[in-house]
Amino acid sequence: MAISNIKDQRSKIQNRRSEGREYNQLRAMLAVTRASLRSIMRSPSAVVFSIAFPLIFIVVFGFIGGNNISVRVGVHPQSDTTNEIFTMMKVRPEVKLIREPEAAMKEELLRGKISAIIRIEKNLDTSKPEYLVHVQTSNASREGGAVVSMLMGHAVDKANLAKNPPPKPEAELRPEHLEGRAFTSIDFILPGMLGFSLLSTGVFGTAFVFYNLRSTLVLKRFFATPIRRPFIVLGEALSRVTFATITSSIIIILGHFAFGFTLINGVTTFLLMLLLAFIGLFVFMGFGFIVSGVAPNESVIPVLANIITLPQFLMAGTFFPADVFPSWLQPVVKVMPLTYLNEAMRKIAFEGVSFFEVWQDLLVLGLWGAVVYFIATRVFRWE
Amino acid sequence: MSTHRKAIISVSNLRKQYGDFSAVKGISFEVYEGEIFGLLGPNGAGKTTTLEIIETLREKSAGEIVIDGLNVDHDQNAIKKIIGVQLQAAGYYPNLTLLELLDLFSGLYNVSIDNKHMLSLVGLEDKAREKYKSLSGGQKQRFSICTTLINKPKIVFLDEPTTGLDPQARQNLWQLIRGIRKGGTTVMLTTHYMDEAEQLCERVAVMDSGHIIAMNTPDHLIDELVASGFERKKEVKKANLEDVFLHLTGREWKDE
Repeated sequence: MAISNIKDQRSKIQNRRSEGREYNQLRAMLAVTRASLRSIMRSPSAVVFSIAFPLIFIVVFGFIGGNNISVRVGVHPQSDTTNEIFTMMKVRPEVKLIREPEAAMKEELLRGKISAIIRIEKNLDTSKPEYLVHVQTSNASREGGAVVSMLMGHAVDKANLAKNPPPKPEAELRPEHLEGRAFTSIDFILPGMLGFSLLSTGVFGTAFVFYNLRSTLVLKRFFATPIRRPFIVLGEALSRVTFATITSSIIIILGHFAFGFTLINGVTTFLLMLLLAFIGLFVFMGFGFIVSGVAPNESVIPVLANIITLPQFLMAGTFFPADVFPSWLQPVVKVMPLTYLNEAMRKIAFEGVSFFEVWQDLLVLGLWGAVVYFIATRVFRWE
Repeated sequence: MSTHRKAIISVSNLRKQYGDFSAVKGISFEVYEGEIFGLLGPNGAGKTTTLEIIETLREKSAGEIVIDGLNVDHDQNAIKKIIGVQLQAAGYYPNLTLLELLDLFSGLYNVSIDNKHMLSLVGLEDKAREKYKSLSGGQKQRFSICTTLINKPKIVFLDEPTTGLDPQARQNLWQLIRGIRKGGTTVMLTTHYMDEAEQLCERVAVMDSGHIIAMNTPDHLIDELVASGFERKKEVKKANLEDVFLHLTGREWKDE
């Protein structure tokens, strides 16, 4: 009797199922994406690490300006300032003249705060040169001192030649200046910041979200609905990709319009950068999955995530070129995925190369992706 | 006795083994369509394990389970569509309001719902824009139950729905659960409160260390015990302390 009831029920259900619309995994996945995106946008740490920090660094470095040489030169209080040599120094853009009491300037010179003190003295002995030019430098600022000495020497030569032009000069300088693309610090720092943003969104975001969803039984509640597990992961990943696309776009667009970041081929370069950002994020999310899988408790997550992100943040060419590190560190630098993402990002943005020309960087990222996801699929835990 | 009623859940010889430990040791029972069925027992008796196996959240070690004609072995996704599940101590997606959480669940179940109406069913319409975290214990449980109703399920599973709630919130939740049953939905719940089972359940199964040791209507089980010569040591008064408490503090919803 019970069995016939069950059979009855089954045929009823099959009828109903063929009438009703099929369950759509994509619709469920998009619901996860929407929920996750809302949650990320309201999470202070995600916003701070993905937009606020990179933007602050960009603003800071954007205002520091280009790589121009600049020297501070003290003018001795007793210096003659009416002569031609002084005028020549005054108009040089790289020279910033300082006028303070002698003792204070000497102190600054010894501490390297100014590069040199100059004193131009009118020579009372009329048989000798008209002016005596004193340049006082210090070990505290060797480079700056050398620059000032050179500039002063140049000014003196020029003044001498003006007074006594040689009948037949030995040589004449014919400088030629090529108007190259100006590689400013923003061109270096912005791709690095983009990498940093992707790294934090990928590793921290993914690790915390999956750990928390698992430990607070949010995932378990999802399992009681008809969504299939891979679609939960896909939905989460899609929300992170969307979030990263938004933050990357803000960083690039603001960098371009406010700080003159070079987008060599305009919109094409912008889109290529976003595509590259997507590849980077994909790899970094794999690290996040691993961390969420191996962390025995929540307080271990930031530790593991920092072990992955901090060395890359410092050494992968985020703030300064990776080749400044000593040779014994180079193997580490050369193995980090962010190094290759940053390198490829800079080449695409500034040199305008295509994806084919950064194939080596992409290959390394691809290898990392393979390794990371191989491990992630083994250590990832649903419950 | 209740053979005239139709079974919507049939469990036979269910076993669950965790390594050397047997959590469920071959239990069989049926839940009839449209009833409130209680699985009683002390902590660790195997109630939650049994419930979660029926809910398709855990694998069983042996036995057969058929839910509304669907077998848990090969119709898991079809089963998920016709059941509503409230987990013991489940959390919800962080940083979202109740309305947004219902959006999420309507997507997960592929149904279109009127979110606000859903919340009004459990008396949470005023909390629509609050976060789950900010709700009181009773409100959290009501919201959990709300999420189980989204797909208009045939069966709702509630795992210790009133544990940790104050008497008003419990009474209120019982009303809600009776309302769900009235709407034609079968309810299966676990509890370790006997008063709850007596008030709410038409039939109960008592579990102890992985076995079902009794199964019948609460009335029948009590009569059986009395027939065996059992007598309470203390004369039963016409009211108990809970009645006093509720009389003093009011029967209204006191969540806020």
